[in-house]
This record gives sequence, structure tokens and C-alpha cells, in this order.
Amino acid sequence: MDESYPSEYGPKWSDQRAGRLLGALVCAVVGLLLALIVTVFIKAWPSFAHNGLAWFGSGGSVEEQLNQIYLSGLSGADYVYTFHGWQLIWSTLLITGGAVLLALFSALFVSVFIVEFAPEWMRDVLQPVVRFLASVPSVIYGLLGVLVIVPFIGNHLVTESQKASVAGVISLSGYSLLAAVLILTVMIAPLMVSIFSDGLRSVRPGWLEGSLALGVNRWRTTWKIAVRTARPAIVAGTVLAVARAIGEAVMLAMVSGSIAFAPNPADGLIFIYEPSRPLAPTIVKNIDSLGSPPSNATLFAIAAVLLFSAAVFSLAGWVARRAMRKYGATA
Amino acid sequence: MESSVATPPPARPPAPAPQKPGKDAVEGSATWQLSDRIGLAICWALGLLFCAIAVAIVVYLFLQGIKYLKPSMLVTPASAGFSESESGGFSDAFVGTLIVAVMGIAIALPAGVGVAVWLVEYGRPAGLARITESTIEAIAGIPSIVLALFGTVIFSSTALGFLSRTSEGVVFGRSFFAASAMLAIVALPLVVASTREGLNAIPQHVREASYAVGKTKIATTRRILLPAARPQVATGAMLGLGRIIGDTAIIVVLLGATQNFAPVGGAFPLNYLRGAGTTLTNFVYEASPTGNLNQPQKAYAAAFVLLLMVLALNAAVDVVHRRARKVGTWSS
Repeated sequence: MDESYPSEYGPKWSDQRAGRLLGALVCAVVGLLLALIVTVFIKAWPSFAHNGLAWFGSGGSVEEQLNQIYLSGLSGADYVYTFHGWQLIWSTLLITGGAVLLALFSALFVSVFIVEFAPEWMRDVLQPVVRFLASVPSVIYGLLGVLVIVPFIGNHLVTESQKASVAGVISLSGYSLLAAVLILTVMIAPLMVSIFSDGLRSVRPGWLEGSLALGVNRWRTTWKIAVRTARPAIVAGTVLAVARAIGEAVMLAMVSGSIAFAPNPADGLIFIYEPSRPLAPTIVKNIDSLGSPPSNATLFAIAAVLLFSAAVFSLAGWVARRAMRKYGATA
Repeated sequence: MESSVATPPPARPPAPAPQKPGKDAVEGSATWQLSDRIGLAICWALGLLFCAIAVAIVVYLFLQGIKYLKPSMLVTPASAGFSESESGGFSDAFVGTLIVAVMGIAIALPAGVGVAVWLVEYGRPAGLARITESTIEAIAGIPSIVLALFGTVIFSSTALGFLSRTSEGVVFGRSFFAASAMLAIVALPLVVASTREGLNAIPQHVREASYAVGKTKIATTRRILLPAARPQVATGAMLGLGRIIGDTAIIVVLLGATQNFAPVGGAFPLNYLRGAGTTLTNFVYEASPTGNLNQPQKAYAAAFVLLLMVLALNAAVDVVHRRARKVGTWSS
């Protein structure tokens, strides 16, 4: 250590040592992510290996299969892995897709409103509102869903004849696709709004002024120039929202109906009142069976599917943003 | 010809006074086509809908909270009972939330600031920097239920058995240590993003001035850059805290299964931290009609307390933002 360094400044931090220490920290974080991915897929392997592509197919009742898997783990000798997850996957697709579409529509309009058209006072109200909606814990959304939205749907929207028409198959008590999609929309739309409005704000003013100078009104200028230029941000926000929607477990475990079932849109509008259960809540609901080795593998397989689809969406978003780099706006 | 050239240019109208960008400067919607005006109406409707939803959530939970929350619930632990009046309060859940928040952010804040400092100030080799950026983004996208499952693998290993209850060689894997460590990963990307933003906003000449008087890189970071970025670091920490106290999946998997502290052997604070426990989110989940307790009144009360915490954090972020803006930005 340097002799001339006055000791009252406290211990001197060597620059190199600090750099190496921080580098090690960064490597540890990267390593953690790699460890997570590798662990999840290794743990999931038995389930995929036994089922092959049939894992993603349909056939039989998922509840029954999960139960068999669990029981076989307790008895020891012959593990059963048979699992056909289509009902869960279909439910995930319906709920995520519905919520993301609704949220994309409303978030686009709201962010355009915040950035361009809202009067000053409205902007000052809306921004904290969006931040608040994004920060409400999912369990509170779930509680309100279970105690307010679900009973409302069950008692007022679903008619008795609709209940009777599917009585032998499933009970329409309000735990439904509709409740799940609506609440999930409220949860993910604020995320989109904050990223969309950042993107809209970063559009070069000159481009907008050019359009306005040509006599195009403000509405059309916003949609034709600002929204188009901000497309990378829109993709980024949507990808983030999709990831959040796919991974949402607790709220959906509370309101979506907790029964593996694949609502069929071909049955008419009644399918939005039918219960189902996506992938992520299935893990939460079956967490107590982690001790049984085949159940453990099956739950990790579900987690691997979640992880993989989140990664695919991020990658797709990255590719889309790269293709749009020429528009100048960054996300 | 001559005369045409000599014609004086038409007198210019006097330049209009520069308009203030007030109400009159903005084109109104009155001249727009019907379709455009319908679009604007949709904007207003959705904006007001967002406000209405937020107000509805706050007002409804306040009403329910005032109706059902008794101060005694915050000091009485949950107990077995047949009705809501017999089964005690949720003090353990309340304290559990505080413990998890403190421990989680105690891990996430230094780690997050460290990663952000490395990314902005060091960032060599460039390949590692790119990988790190993608890693942070990827961590932000990992569903917390997947993190929770990963946690069961880590903390059920015998090497980490000292962090949770162990009986006959089987590591239980559920403890405040386990839950806090995984929650710290949830908070990490928020801390990193916010700190990075703060460091990036400091102009280069500030660093150069510090180097010019002989400060090393790390001394500059510690004494000048981090203090200057303090508002953003604080914002990141509070956003992270919000995520930590709001997360349920990790708590259910790595801490829950009980509504009381379940201390294990050891010295005082450690025996509780090594044991299983509960937090407000877990309590709300279990006390909702879909959970094991089914005590909706108490679920409302706990949710109300949770909402108050979230609102307080939001308000704190606002205060920090406003104060940072008052101090002003760097001149560059």
C-alpha cells in the first residue's frame, strides 16, 4: 500500500482489486442464471423423457395423471410419469393471449393519451395511477377477484340455463376464463403503458413537427408517426407483459378455477365462463407433492416449459427490435 | 423588365408575437374527422377507466380494512379456531413481511449496485458486459414460481442444511434465509436498472475531474458517483422492496405451510430465521376462500395492511423523485 496515503481516509481500495471483485460478482450473477436453467431442465428431464412429445398433447384428465404420478412416488418402486399437459397449455394460451390482446389495445390508447392528448391535470392523475396499478401485489388482485369479480360473474352474468347446459361436465360458479383474463389485463396493462409512453416520448420532435406542418392533424400524426416510430418500445413492452402473464401463478390459482379443463371456443360464448387452470398455478397448487420424485420431475417440467416460452418470447422480441432499428427510436 | 425588378417586395406582415405554448397553441379536436374524434373518446374512456379501477381498489380495500382490521390483529399471532373471532390475528405474518423485506433488500441492494457499477464504470471485457445485460433482462423475465422451485433445489441440499430445519438427514429447505435469498433475485433487476440509469445520467466530465485530481476509479465511484446517484439507487431499492413484499409464489414454496413462526434450535435471531414462517401475502392467499384457512374478513384486513405498505412505498418513490428534480440536473 502507498506510504503517502493518509490513514484517516480509511482503508484504501485498490482499483484493480475492486474491479476484480465486481467482476466476480457479475460472474456470480451470470452463473446463477445458468445454474437455474441447467437445474430446471435436468430436474425436468425424466418427465420429458418418459412422455416425449405426448407431454404437450391431450388425453385423459390432468388431475388424475398428477394424482397417479404423486401416488407412484410414495410407493417407491415403479414411478409413473404419464402426463398430457394440453389442458393446462391451452388454458395458458387462452388466458395469456386474451389478456395480452386486451392490454395491448388499452395500453396503446392510454399511453398515447398520457403522452399526447391528456390535459396537464389528467396526466398528473394518470401517471401515479398507472404506477399504483403496476405495484399492487398479485395476491390482492387475486383476493378481490375471488371475493368480488368471481361471485359477480357467477351470480349475475352466467344464466341458470347455461349452468344447466354443462352441469354434467363442469360447474360454472364464476371461476372462469373471463375473470382471469380481466384481472390479468389490469395487472399487465400498466407495465405496457409505462414502457410504451417512454418510447413515445423519445420520438424525435422534428418528425412530428414535419407531419404537423404538412397539415396532418395531431391524432393522425401521433398514430402514423409517433406510434410507428415507437414500435420497438411497443414490442419490448408487450414481451415483458407476456412474460409476466405466463408466469403469473398466485392470482390465477385463485380466480381461474383450479381445475384442469380445456374450454372450447367452438361451444359458443359460454366458454369464457368455464373454469380452467394454466401451467404456473398448477405448480402452486401441487407444491405439497414436491417430495414425491416423479411429481417433482413433472412440476419442474412445467417450470421448464414456462422458462422456455419466456425465453422464446424475449428472443422474438429482440429479433423484432433489431429489425426495427432503422426507425431510430430505442426501447 | 427593369420596372418588374424594381417592384418593391410586398410588405411583410409584422412577425406574429411568439406564441406561448398554452391552450391556444394546441390544435383542438373540433376540426378532426369523426373517426379521429372517436379514437380520442376511446383514449379518454380508457384513461378514466384506469383511474376508476385504481380508485375502486383503494376505496374498497379501505372500507373493508376499516371494517375488519383491529389493531390487536397486528400483535396477536394466528391460532387454530373455528370462527374468525377465535383464530387470533396475523402478527407473525406482519413481522414476517418486515423480516423478508429487510433481508431481501440487504442482499439485493449491494449486489444490484455492484452489478450496475461494474456495467457502467468497468464493463470490460465487452462480451461479458453484453452477457450481463442479457442476464439481468432474463432474470427480470423469470417467473417467480420458477425461481421458487429452483430455491427448493438449492436450499434442500445438505450443504446448505444449516439454513433451515433438518431432521434425520432430510433438509426441510423452508426458511426465511431461503425465501429472502430468492426474493433478492426478484428485486435485483430493478435495483440494477435504476442504479444504471442514475450512473449513466452523470456526465463524463464529472468523472474526468475526479481522475484529474488523482482519484482512482473505485474512489471516484464511492465518493462521487454513487452519492450523486443516490436518488436513483433509493428508487431502485424501493421498487425492489415493493416486489419483495408483494411476492407470493416464493413465500408459499420456500417459507409457508404455516401461519406462525416455527423456530428451530439455535441462538435467538437465528432460530427464527432458520425456521419456517409466513408473510402477509401468504396469509392473504391462505385466508382467501380458495386457501386453507378461508377467513375472508381477516384476508381483507391483511390485504389492507399490505396495500398501505405498497402505497407508502409508492409515496416514498414520489418524494425521492421530486426532491431529486428540485436539486436539478447536471450541467453538461
